[in-house]
Amino acid sequence: MRRCTRLRGARLVKNIDYEKIAADAGLERVGARPPLRAYLAELWERRHFAYTLAGYRIRATMSENRLGLGWIVIRPIFTAIIFGTIFGVVMPKGSRPENFIPFLVVGVFTFEFFSKSFSAGSKAITSNASLVRSLNFPRMLLPLASVMQQVFELIPIIAVMALIVAVTGEPVTWSWLLVPVVFAIMTTFNLGVALVSARLTVHLRDVTQIIPLLTRILFYSSGIFYSLDKVLKNKPDWMLTLADANPISIFLKLVRAQMVEGNVVTARDWVIVVVAAVLLLVIGVIFFWRAEERYGRD
Amino acid sequence: MTEKVNTAPATLGAPIVVANDVHVDYRTHASGKALSNGGSLFKRQSGIRLVHALKGVSFEVREGESVGVIGHNGSGKSTLMRTIAGLTTATKGAVYAASRPALLGVNAALMPDLSGEKNVLLGMLAMGHSKAESTEQFDEIVEFSGLAEFIDLPMKTYSSGMQARLRFSIAVSRDHQILLVDEALAVGDKAFRDKSEQRIRDLRDQAGTVFLVSHSMRSIKDTCTRVLWIDHGNLLMDGDPAEVVKAYEDSK
Repeated sequence: MRRCTRLRGARLVKNIDYEKIAADAGLERVGARPPLRAYLAELWERRHFAYTLAGYRIRATMSENRLGLGWIVIRPIFTAIIFGTIFGVVMPKGSRPENFIPFLVVGVFTFEFFSKSFSAGSKAITSNASLVRSLNFPRMLLPLASVMQQVFELIPIIAVMALIVAVTGEPVTWSWLLVPVVFAIMTTFNLGVALVSARLTVHLRDVTQIIPLLTRILFYSSGIFYSLDKVLKNKPDWMLTLADANPISIFLKLVRAQMVEGNVVTARDWVIVVVAAVLLLVIGVIFFWRAEERYGRD
Repeated sequence: MTEKVNTAPATLGAPIVVANDVHVDYRTHASGKALSNGGSLFKRQSGIRLVHALKGVSFEVREGESVGVIGHNGSGKSTLMRTIAGLTTATKGAVYAASRPALLGVNAALMPDLSGEKNVLLGMLAMGHSKAESTEQFDEIVEFSGLAEFIDLPMKTYSSGMQARLRFSIAVSRDHQILLVDEALAVGDKAFRDKSEQRIRDLRDQAGTVFLVSHSMRSIKDTCTRVLWIDHGNLLMDGDPAEVVKAYEDSK
C-alpha cells in the first residue's frame, strides 16, 4: 500500500490535468456516440456486414435440421393448418369470411413476418453480447441484420403463399405485383419495431417475456382467422374504428386485397401504413442511436 | 518511478491515449448468500449488486510505447481494456485516443455456429474492411492462423487455443494505430506465440501503440516499455517493466 500512496501523493502534488493533455493533443473521447448523420453514414459503409451476417445466420440455423430451409415455409403452413382446423370448426360460420383458406393463409404468413422480426429484433443486442463486447461497429447493424434475415426468408414464404392462394382457385391478377410493395412498407415498419424493442430489451430483460404476450394479443386481435368487419358488425362503432387503426391488421388487409377476391382496401389504409412505417422507423433509429454507448456495458 | 508517469522520455511521440479518472460500475444480480432477503420474489431488487470494477484510473500513453498491464484475476484489467476500446463506456471520467483502439480478447467467440471461414469474413467486415479487401486478405489471414485445414469447420468445434489464434489473425490483419491485446497470446502454442509477439513488435515499430494484458511476466518484459499494475480497480504502479514486475512478484 506504500507504493499506492506514493503514486497518489505525487499525482496530487503535480495535479496533472489529463483533460487538457487530451485536448491539446487533439484526442477524441473513445466510444463517443457520433452525430446521427455520421452514424448513419458509417452504418451504410458497413452494410455488407449486416447483409452477410443475415445470410450466414439463415444457413447456420438451417443446416442443423434435416429439412433445412424447408422449415421456413413448413412452419407457417402448419400454423395455418392448425388454426384453420380449430377455428374452422369452433368459430361460428358468420364470422368466417368467404374464401377462408386463402384468407387464412395470407393472414398467417403475413403476420409471421411481423412477429418474427419483432422477436428477433428484440434479441439482436442481448443475444450477440460477445460480438458487441469484442468488436467496434455501429450497433444498429445487429437489429438491421435480424430484420434482413426475415426479409430473405420472406422470399420463399411469399412464393409458397402465392402457390397456395392460386391452387385454392383465386385468380392470378396484375394486382399481385403490389404484394412486394406492401411487404416493403411492412419491412420499414418491422425495422422500426425491432430497433425500439432491441434497445428496450437492453434496459429491461423482462421485455423478452412480454413480447410473446404482445404478439399473441396482436395475433388474436388483427383478424387473421376471422373477418373483423363481420365479428364487430353488431358491436359499438368505436371497436371497429380501433381495430381498423391497427397497422398490423391493415397490412393483412392490404395483402389480401391484392390476392384474395372480396377484400377491398381504401386509400386511407395505404396512408395509415405508410405514415406508421415512416414514423416508427424514424423513432426507432433515433431511440436506438441515443443509447449507442449503453450497449456494451452489461 | 512516479516521475516516469509525468515526464515521458524525449524519444516518445505525442500523447495517443489518455485516461482521465476512469470509473466503471457494473450492475449484476447477486445470488446465494449475497441475496439476504430470504429469497422473496418481490424483493428481487435487493439482489442487484453494484460492482465497482475501476475506481479512478488515470494515465497518459505516448506514441510508440508498448504498455503491459498486470494484476491478479478480477483486478479490472479486462474492463480497462474494454473501456479503452470504447466497448464499455466509463461511468465517470473518460478515455481519449487519437484513433479507435482495436481490442483483441480471448473471451470473444464471434459466431460459434459459423465456420472459421465465415467468422474471418464477418470479423473483417465488422472491423470496417470493404468486401473486396476482405476477400483479398482472406488467404493471408488463414495462413497466419495456421488453421487452413480446419477453416471449414464451425468455430464451436475449435479448441480455445485455435479460436484465439483465429481471432488474433483477424485482428492483426489490419494495421491498427492502437492495439489492445488481452491475454490473447497465452493460449496459442509456442510457435504461434513467437509469431504473434513478433507481429506485436512490428506493429509497435510502425509507430503504433500496443497495450498487452498478460500473466506471463516474460512476455511483458520482452515486449513492453512500460507497465501498469492494476489492483482492485486502482492503478497501483506505473513505470519501468523490470521495476513494476519485480514489485508485483514480490507482493505475492
